[in-house]
Amino acid sequence: MSNLTVDEPAVEFRQVQFRIDGRPLITDLNLGIQRGETLVLLGRSGSGKTTILKLINGLLCPSQGEVLVEGRSTIAWEPVRLRRHIGYVIQETGLFPHFTVERNVGLIPRLQRWPRERTKARVEEILSLVGLDPHQFRERYPHQLSGGQRQRVGVARALAGDPPILLMDEPFGALDPLTRSETQHEFLELTRRVHKTIVFVTHDLREALLLASRTVLIEQGRLAGIYSSAEFLQSTDPIARQYIDAFRTGQEALPPKRESNELA
Amino acid sequence: MSLLEYFLRHHDEILELTMEHLWLVGMSMMLAIAVGVPLGILLSRRPGLSKPILGSASIVETIPSLALFGFLLPAPWLGARADRLAITALALYALLPIIRNTYTGIVGVDPAVREAARGMGMTDWQILFQVQLPLASGVILAGVRVATVLTVGIATIAAAIGAGGLGEFIFRGLSMVDNRVILAGAIPAALMALIADLILGMIEGRFRVPHS
Repeated sequence: MSNLTVDEPAVEFRQVQFRIDGRPLITDLNLGIQRGETLVLLGRSGSGKTTILKLINGLLCPSQGEVLVEGRSTIAWEPVRLRRHIGYVIQETGLFPHFTVERNVGLIPRLQRWPRERTKARVEEILSLVGLDPHQFRERYPHQLSGGQRQRVGVARALAGDPPILLMDEPFGALDPLTRSETQHEFLELTRRVHKTIVFVTHDLREALLLASRTVLIEQGRLAGIYSSAEFLQSTDPIARQYIDAFRTGQEALPPKRESNELA
Repeated sequence: MSLLEYFLRHHDEILELTMEHLWLVGMSMMLAIAVGVPLGILLSRRPGLSKPILGSASIVETIPSLALFGFLLPAPWLGARADRLAITALALYALLPIIRNTYTGIVGVDPAVREAARGMGMTDWQILFQVQLPLASGVILAGVRVATVLTVGIATIAAAIGAGGLGEFIFRGLSMVDNRVILAGAIPAALMALIADLILGMIEGRFRVPHS
């Protein structure tokens, strides 16, 4: 049935509430995520961004309302099937320390019992796609990689099973600023080549502006606004302004006193 | 007759009792692992059970070994054969470190790794066998190692109920007030404990999770 309705969102939140011990973490969330878009959830730590991701792949279930993935409620999905339909990348990468890069990336294909040769070819393809030379990195263990390389392996692992939806929870948060910027640009390139629906969590406005087709501002478990990058910068909404002001203070401080800064 | 002469003259018996001792330890360790590891896994999934089960295992640990052998004597099937009884009692002692280390090993696996495994759609069993147990294996083996060294020592007391092993020499030496005879049991037992510790330590090292 979902084949007929092309415009149907890949993921849809309908009046979703999520509570733990009566404490609301997500309140009245209505949100449709379109196929092929990169939707960025922007908010402070503890605003509920990660909770929203976990509601999509069924690691959490809504207390009220429903979350639809491909038109079907996450509760109606068989959890393992739902999650294999959705790639998941988290900040600490969650790479298996006892698996080589090849086994980490080939995990989902192996679980789905792809033939060995096909898995191998897929691992090579996907490692190249994220900019890692398969011959150089295949045999390495996660602890033998730099932070940026680990993060790429994490992305490769999530993409290996070719899921139509990708969830990314501050994937570049632990990287140093330079690596982070490089990785963001490479990721932007990557999203243009693979047509995925991406839900991306960050607390960094710069990252949101760079990657998002739409940015959703989350404040204390509520949706506080949906913006394109251009709209966001012109927004007069007080919450959005806070992000922009914080973003600009760094820039304003720099140019006039460059030399004194170098000393500091 | 010097100690060395005594050892040379009785080397057949020393060897035989050493093998007997090894058998007692080996069998009881296999039994303890077969029971302890699954129990540890169970605890990691039902943390509510951890207090009663770890508590009971701790209580067993506090019973003096001679008394435990005595308690088990009247048990119907166990009491029929001394080695059967000894193996059961030794396994009971070995249980606590194995259960506890299996439990803490699994619970200690990085939550991010478990979360990623679940989020990618691994089933509970796949997470257990492909992620949690391999990552916990170093800690579990450390428990097995502690338990083995402990059991090598306690197994000397099995001779008191006629189950054999190197304790034979020790008890004989005590009644004869002859240190050479005591040492004929004590030295091989100590060596066995050291060697077991060394070998299991090496195996444990190979299973240790690589970290940055």
